[in-house]
Amino acid sequence: MRNILAIAGKELRSYFSSPIAYVIIGFFAFVFGYFYWVLLAYFVRAGMEMSPMGPQALNVNEQMIRPVLSNMTVVLLFVMPLITMRTYSEEKRSGTIELLLTAPLTDLQIIFGKFLGALALYGVMLAVTMIHMGILFLYGSPEWKPLATAYLGLLLLGGAFISLGLFISSLTKNQIVAGMVSFAVFLLFWVASWIGSVSQGGWVADTASYVSIIDHLDDFTKGVLDTKHLVYYLSFIGFGLFLTAKSVDMERWRG
Amino acid sequence: MIEVQHLTKRYGRFTAVEDVSFRVERGEILGFLGPNGAGKTTTMRILTGYMPATEGKAAVAGYDVFEQPIEAKRRTGYLPETPPLYPDMTVREYLTFVAKITGVPSSERRSRLQTVMDRTRITDMANRMCGKLSKGYRQRVGLAQALVHNPEVLILDEPTAGLDPKQIIETRKLIKELAGDHTIVLSTHILPEVSQTCQRVVIINKGKVVAVDTPDNLTSRLRGSESMYVQVDAGSATADAALAQVGGVTRVQRADQRDGIVGYEVESEHGRDVRRALAQTVVSNGWGLLELRPMRFSLEDVFLSLTTEDVSAMGGDAAAAATAAQTTTTEVPHA
Repeated sequence: MRNILAIAGKELRSYFSSPIAYVIIGFFAFVFGYFYWVLLAYFVRAGMEMSPMGPQALNVNEQMIRPVLSNMTVVLLFVMPLITMRTYSEEKRSGTIELLLTAPLTDLQIIFGKFLGALALYGVMLAVTMIHMGILFLYGSPEWKPLATAYLGLLLLGGAFISLGLFISSLTKNQIVAGMVSFAVFLLFWVASWIGSVSQGGWVADTASYVSIIDHLDDFTKGVLDTKHLVYYLSFIGFGLFLTAKSVDMERWRG
Repeated sequence: MIEVQHLTKRYGRFTAVEDVSFRVERGEILGFLGPNGAGKTTTMRILTGYMPATEGKAAVAGYDVFEQPIEAKRRTGYLPETPPLYPDMTVREYLTFVAKITGVPSSERRSRLQTVMDRTRITDMANRMCGKLSKGYRQRVGLAQALVHNPEVLILDEPTAGLDPKQIIETRKLIKELAGDHTIVLSTHILPEVSQTCQRVVIINKGKVVAVDTPDNLTSRLRGSESMYVQVDAGSATADAALAQVGGVTRVQRADQRDGIVGYEVESEHGRDVRRALAQTVVSNGWGLLELRPMRFSLEDVFLSLTTEDVSAMGGDAAAAATAAQTTTTEVPHA
């Protein structure tokens, strides 16, 4: 565990000692702020409008928080490759991978360390968005439980992206290639949900929507904690890390 | 301390290392010598547990590097060809990180770091970013990194590559100092380095060990007969026949010739000193004796003879190498 934390700490520090962390957090906060503002303005206007039944009581969680968070998943498609693309490829290119692989560490410790480091940076990104949510609590009374499950879902979704990105980064020395391929693969997982909604039922649609990494977030944002989705994300993360371990091991044999 | 038995590494069809075996005793410095691409780095990477071997066994400090890699790695310090530095960390941060992952207890970390930085003389760079260091300092930080957990075995892949002459001398001195407490394997393609720092040499070529011995034994092994270089100004006459008649001389060969001054390579029976007789002959004939010196085979010749396929062409190669050895200083150019 000590070793995992040492690696995670090193990863996190390297994000913050280069501009990467600041650019990513800044970009994410900016886009989030934009969506937040647009939807808030819309929400406020909708609340003021008189409907035929008189002023309506709008649900902040349903009408405001949920759409904002769902929109952010698309932004994550772009941002997550930036976090994971350098994890392995940069170490391979600069030769520092030799330091890690000849240190008394197991491959899994290195992988978990890198995973946790990236997850921590993602956690900081999410923490920034919590400030916006805090403001809603100041002026309104949203329910905190669906918000909590939504953030748990986002954390799991991010973890899934990171584990897959880690694997892709372990395949190449070139971080641009790692970033582009990660982006393409993430996009595929997202697009899978379209196939699900376009085709009329049947096993193709079912499979497609089950595979889609973002569809599983839906229930989390509604405040529903379904083990089905928990299992999906956790096994996704587990499988991604497993592939990374295999890839690192294979790299050793190939030399 | 280090035991390597029948190590073989294949990449697909290409064999990088074939049936390599050697032993290193505690406190010894072993030089790993070979041309570029001979399999030095591959062997070292196997020893450090970076990659597994296709066949064979390797043990460091009594631990098999394949069976108990963590134990073996805990006792090994490794400096790869390019020092594995993180450019965006300061030297102190970097060494702290290495100390953490190599298992230096946090209570000893500070003092260990200080010792290592003093030893490699990088204390004044402690707060500098690794990415901003000069080549010499990078190499030293790399060495400090290998030493930080006070390993029993040090494996250094070309520790002096790319350094300036002064730094090379300093690094060699440091390596010699370290030999008491650590067992060291270092690879190089620079020959004087081996004769100056190592007690034993493994010469490797095309993945195979061609010789294991002390530098002295290797050079004397090559010298079956004594060789002498004689430069004579004989004017219009030729000295060939007269020299050949000197007692003990087995062969006379012209090595160079310029304006009537001829340089001869004179071989004599082993253990017989023919210098006086040669001088006598030249002077009594009224010729000028310009130069008379023993031709010693350098490690370079041994190396060339062992790593050049055409061993019969040795004589000519050795002479060329011997003259080359006098003019070139230290570095054999990269291939």
